[in-house]
Amino acid sequence: MTVRTESPKRGISPSTLLLPLGAVLGIVVVVVGLSFLADKHGAQNLLGAIYDLLGNPTAATAARNGVADQVLAKLVLAAVALVSGVGGIWLMYSTVAQLVSLFRPNIRDRIMPWVFVVPALALLLGWLVYPGVVTIIRSFGDDTTQAFTLRNWLDIFKPDTLGILFNNFLWLVVGTGGAVILGLVIAAMFDRVKFEALSKTFVFLPLAISLVGASLIWRFIYTWRPAGQPQYGLLNAVWTAFGNKPIDWIHFDDFHTNTFLLIVIFIWLQTGFAMVVLSAAIKGVSTEVLEAARLDGANERQIFFKVIVPIIKGSILAVITTIAIADLKIFDIVYVMTGGSFNTNVVANQMYLQAFQFLQDGHAAALATVLFLAVLPVMYFNLRNLREQGVGR
Amino acid sequence: MTAQGKAVAPNVGPRTAWIPWLMRSLPLRVAVVLICILWSLPTFGLFISSFRPAQQITTTGWWEALLSPFQAGQWTLQNYQQVLAGEGMGNAFINSLIVTLPSTVIPITIAAFAAYAFAWIRFPGRGILFAIVVGLLVVPIQMSLVPVLRVYSGLGLNGTFLGIWLAHTAFGLPLAIFLLYNYISQLPRDLFESAAIDGASHYQVFTQIVVPLSIPAIGAFTIFQFLWVWNDLLVALVFLGVNTSSQVLPVGLYQLIGSHGEAWHVLTAGAFVTMIVPLLVFLALQRAFIRGILAGSVKS
Repeated sequence: MTVRTESPKRGISPSTLLLPLGAVLGIVVVVVGLSFLADKHGAQNLLGAIYDLLGNPTAATAARNGVADQVLAKLVLAAVALVSGVGGIWLMYSTVAQLVSLFRPNIRDRIMPWVFVVPALALLLGWLVYPGVVTIIRSFGDDTTQAFTLRNWLDIFKPDTLGILFNNFLWLVVGTGGAVILGLVIAAMFDRVKFEALSKTFVFLPLAISLVGASLIWRFIYTWRPAGQPQYGLLNAVWTAFGNKPIDWIHFDDFHTNTFLLIVIFIWLQTGFAMVVLSAAIKGVSTEVLEAARLDGANERQIFFKVIVPIIKGSILAVITTIAIADLKIFDIVYVMTGGSFNTNVVANQMYLQAFQFLQDGHAAALATVLFLAVLPVMYFNLRNLREQGVGR
Repeated sequence: MTAQGKAVAPNVGPRTAWIPWLMRSLPLRVAVVLICILWSLPTFGLFISSFRPAQQITTTGWWEALLSPFQAGQWTLQNYQQVLAGEGMGNAFINSLIVTLPSTVIPITIAAFAAYAFAWIRFPGRGILFAIVVGLLVVPIQMSLVPVLRVYSGLGLNGTFLGIWLAHTAFGLPLAIFLLYNYISQLPRDLFESAAIDGASHYQVFTQIVVPLSIPAIGAFTIFQFLWVWNDLLVALVFLGVNTSSQVLPVGLYQLIGSHGEAWHVLTAGAFVTMIVPLLVFLALQRAFIRGILAGSVKS
């Protein structure tokens, strides 16, 4: 490994003179870019300006009036975003970093780290920390008077909301359990065949599909026609082939059947994730340990449950945590499939409906905070791990 | 893989070894193939159906089309034409590109700078600030939606691309910083010490040593974030809305389901339009993606 280094330059060099220019340029790029991007008609105006520069005033006017090609206008907008977003940020970092390096070393060393972390911290503060605090406070406020109240929290314990919480519980247990167990079994099975890599791709592929797309795929499978008409939904085709009456699955909430069918979609998506992680873990189990167990007369099932599973316990726990968090926040599948009706509602969907359709901010804030409280144990474990490892060194 | 495969039948004679081996491994192979078929069947059915005429889709199951694949009038490209041009999915496709590319590249840039500082620069408050980043890893975005939207309304950022870029950037940052920190902090210490002796500044070390060496981690997160943003419904619904000129693919597909409940020729083609890019990205970069998943979920 060779490290390219330049001999430290002291005194005035041409590059030092260019620095303020670069800094100004970087800031100009970002500000001009942002001003275009923040304006809803920015793309049209920008396109107009470009046409003006090219000496084509008719096209420029057309572009400004929104007559011209909107796709082109939007592509120009995205190009501006990429240039000012990436180029501008990079230019800003580099020029600010080099400007700071002109200071005396002790001052420079004190400022430099903040040049690196402040943009990230500002975004985290503005989009996650501040809104989070506002949401928690809001959950204790009345929707009209803003006065302190516990009503939003007491509403959580109404029968409707308790039913929603129970659905989330089903999702959490069946969805997470199903994906992890299937992932583990499939990882163990695929580990023993020669065409393992190809087989894994098949199970893994759904992970690339959006939850909306996956919901549509399964909606097509669950679709229902009245008896006597051709059943082109796969599930009803199989179901009626055994002489049963077709069932409108998505609306069929006896024994929470429709909720379970929605959970199947989630399992279909997440099993691939569990499989990949656990498969890597299984491969990490040393062959000597396995050989020793075989010499001791253990059969394959005993080896799997008594040797492999205990060794990869950490990975299994990590997979359970990751999938459970995704499961807890499940929104898209329910929103797309039923909109939360027919007894399939979950907390994230109810939160969306309360916040953006019924405009019950306080209730929505309490529901969001319920999700937050549910992930607190995971946050605690993450932070404890972090303290054990320590930062840097 | 092979070591464990061989060990399935360790105690059989060399000549006839293949007979019990076959007997034992055949059910396993069949089961593996069945699982693969079962897992791809839903997507396959969608794919087949998207090429079938509207009239056929609602009279016969897609599996029946496979029995007579060469029959005249069995396949059509009409559905795609209708979806892309008539139903605005072509426009949504462009919007998705416009939303996704900056929302992928900008957080990676910002996160890389921050991760380097957390890993290799000593400064007061570093421990607590990084703990905040790790804490934010699991905070549900539901906590942010309403207050951020409020602020956006005040600033006029509602429904603009800038608003959603910033939102996706911020929501992706904790994981990006965490993954890149894990990678960058594992780089050999000698590298940084010799660079410091040579008088290299932090900015030089970052651009000339850290970024080139971190390409695997950067690539893995890029795929991660790309798929996440491309497939996102919730953030797009809240910050970009459902108006046809700016809606992205998942929102467009959701709208399509609302307006075409049982018109499966439109819905299947629409769904495939939303899936094609992530599927191609995924198939092309599968290894990098898996590396990212492993880095994100398993503690070293």
